[in-house]
Amino acid sequence: MIASTRKVWLRNPRHARTRAAIAAGLVALAASACAPGSAAPPAASPAQPGASAVRTDAAALGNVTLTIWDQEVRGGQDAQMKQLNAAFEAKYPNIRLKRLSRSFDDLNTTLRLALSGNEPPDVVQANNGRPQMGAFVKAGHLRPLDAYADAYGWKKRYPRSVLQYVSYSADGKVFGEGNLYGLPQAGEVVGILYNTAKLTKLGLRPPETWEEFQAALAKAKAAGEVPIQLGNLDKWPGIHVFGTVQGRHVPADQITKLAFGRKGASWNTPENTRAAGQLVDWVDKGYFNKGFNGQGYDPAWQAFSKGEGVFLIGGTWLIADLEKAMGKDLGFILPPGTTEAAAPVATGGTGLPFAITAKSPNPDAAAAYLDFIADADAMKVLTANGLLPIADTDRQSVKAGAQQDMFTAFGTATKQDGLVPYLDYATPTFADTLGAAVQDLLAEKSTPQEFLATLEKDYQAFAESNE
Amino acid sequence: MIGHPPGEPRRVAYLFVLPAFLVYAAFLLYPIGRAVHLSLYDWDGLSLGRWVGLANYAAIVADEGLRAAFGHALVLMAFYALAPLAIGLTLAAILNHAKVRGLGFFRTVVFLPQVVAMVVVAVAWRRVYAPDGTLNDLLGAVGLDSLTRGWLGDYTFALPAVGVVGTWFETGLVTVLLLAGMSRVPTELYEAARLDGASALREFFAVTLPSVRGEIAVALTLTVIAALRTFDLVYITTRGGPGDSTSVPSYEIYHRAFGLGQVGSAAAIGVTLTVAIFAISFVINRFADRGMS
Repeated sequence: MIASTRKVWLRNPRHARTRAAIAAGLVALAASACAPGSAAPPAASPAQPGASAVRTDAAALGNVTLTIWDQEVRGGQDAQMKQLNAAFEAKYPNIRLKRLSRSFDDLNTTLRLALSGNEPPDVVQANNGRPQMGAFVKAGHLRPLDAYADAYGWKKRYPRSVLQYVSYSADGKVFGEGNLYGLPQAGEVVGILYNTAKLTKLGLRPPETWEEFQAALAKAKAAGEVPIQLGNLDKWPGIHVFGTVQGRHVPADQITKLAFGRKGASWNTPENTRAAGQLVDWVDKGYFNKGFNGQGYDPAWQAFSKGEGVFLIGGTWLIADLEKAMGKDLGFILPPGTTEAAAPVATGGTGLPFAITAKSPNPDAAAAYLDFIADADAMKVLTANGLLPIADTDRQSVKAGAQQDMFTAFGTATKQDGLVPYLDYATPTFADTLGAAVQDLLAEKSTPQEFLATLEKDYQAFAESNE
Repeated sequence: MIGHPPGEPRRVAYLFVLPAFLVYAAFLLYPIGRAVHLSLYDWDGLSLGRWVGLANYAAIVADEGLRAAFGHALVLMAFYALAPLAIGLTLAAILNHAKVRGLGFFRTVVFLPQVVAMVVVAVAWRRVYAPDGTLNDLLGAVGLDSLTRGWLGDYTFALPAVGVVGTWFETGLVTVLLLAGMSRVPTELYEAARLDGASALREFFAVTLPSVRGEIAVALTLTVIAALRTFDLVYITTRGGPGDSTSVPSYEIYHRAFGLGQVGSAAAIGVTLTVAIFAISFVINRFADRGMS
């Protein structure tokens, strides 16, 4: 019956016009009415509750289930998370935690879809930069936390150079200022790792100035050692090497401006040219291992742990694993300044911050959870698990060695506001642009001028369009 | 149902096809339509998309990096399809002709790479190509130290190095396909050729090659598609580097959609790639069909 009706309708020329109209209508519908993302909430940020409206007594919130997505999957990271979650549930039996833990990459690729759905998780770990947290803020998917920060006193506990990494304007356009959108647990800083035994053999001390560092590189080379171990096959490790050199040539406030993608700065400066030039000079002098652009990141630091290389420019996240292999032979310093008294400048920031989604029905409970996993006791738990807590670093007791070096370095950098942001934060495409450009520069496929022109193009195009 | 000669298609038959069609539509046609739809927007995957018409497609033509990515895919086609075809033809002809003892064993050996997941293959080859890896060790052992390098980090050799992995991977499939085809060739044809005094080489070109035309078409279709949709290999080994010298369309799609939040652009590349794959397999099969008749 149905089939025959349809047959008649399809065959009958009288209906041709109707069919055409319907077809046209469908096309129009596809083109306009259901634009992708139309189910998303309006881009305006949800109303901020005042400090008085915030309920900080988590025990009085009734029965609540919080869904949490994190990426703390590795050894100590996972252990501290489990420990803190258990302690939280024991303290607040009315709040049940549903934890979903995925690797960094998996979380990165699924978070977008999860957040634009109707029932996103309550708490998510979102990467600070523009492709993630910035995009989520812009789309109105994250809740501003300022009222909670006031109620819990977060802004007093965290130094400014740390808070800037989780701050965006409400429209997501300005990074580093505005509302608070996340709370990090751990800290990170990129510095210089060295092999103490090798330095002693070369008759050297850990360098205290940039000049001493370069003299050490020359001496290591002359002695037939690999001065700096580098594995740049994965594209991004070279960014940290460039960032470290840049920090010794370019004023910190300029780096910050460039790294946050603000308008009004430029890559085409004499200082940046000198920084890029110095890196090329190091390549020419053979300060890096052979074939570094074809060497993986992990094989490189593993080679360093086995004694291939005097120095390794890398982040604090490597220290736990390296110390296991090298013990007392491992040391860590911030990039030394022009003089011993020079203010510290080092690339660094936060571990992935925990944020509260805009659609979460339990923001008060979620904020209580955030406070719990980042309070003074939590920082001790992080330390005990071999991690670098973002606050109270000087109140932790760790045994002498690389881990203590790391605590001292991070404390020095944050207290003097010497942390400069990761350069790849600048624009949504900058990680790619910069990673590839540094590979080109190190392979001498491009001159420092061409290198900076590539960066400038990406940076300015974004800064213009972001107005 | 009187009036229908038996065997003539009846409309009721569509009802039998309907369930399968619905599944097909829901999981294939709708997603394709949606991808085409998305490709017309500037969309970050989160907020409201902005209609941009064909701008994403125009960008594919205008963007030097994207053009290069499609160019790299063409280079990979030589490594994924042509090289395995040449090697596969030779290997299969020898194995088939010489009536090798333990043919099954050799067939298994050449087919083995196909059984291993591409991700595992890529991780293993990354070690082979490392500056302190197997390949450089071998070169050093035979006194060719001057040739050693970080293969995947070398601007000249990175793309060929990735391609060689593809050759290694696809050769087995092609060989086994061709072997199957050759074993079906009637022995009378060879006997006739031999009576006419044909050499082994002549025999190959006059008898073997025309007989496996169909298998060649299948092998080319499969390997060319594999070349065009290369993703895992590039993702694991080089992430498109050094610089952009090994970026390919599939990697760009993934990277733009999930990394950069340029969903519209990613969809446009995807649609373009789909069309390219359709066109190329169409040409290959047209060519093969004409040869058959």
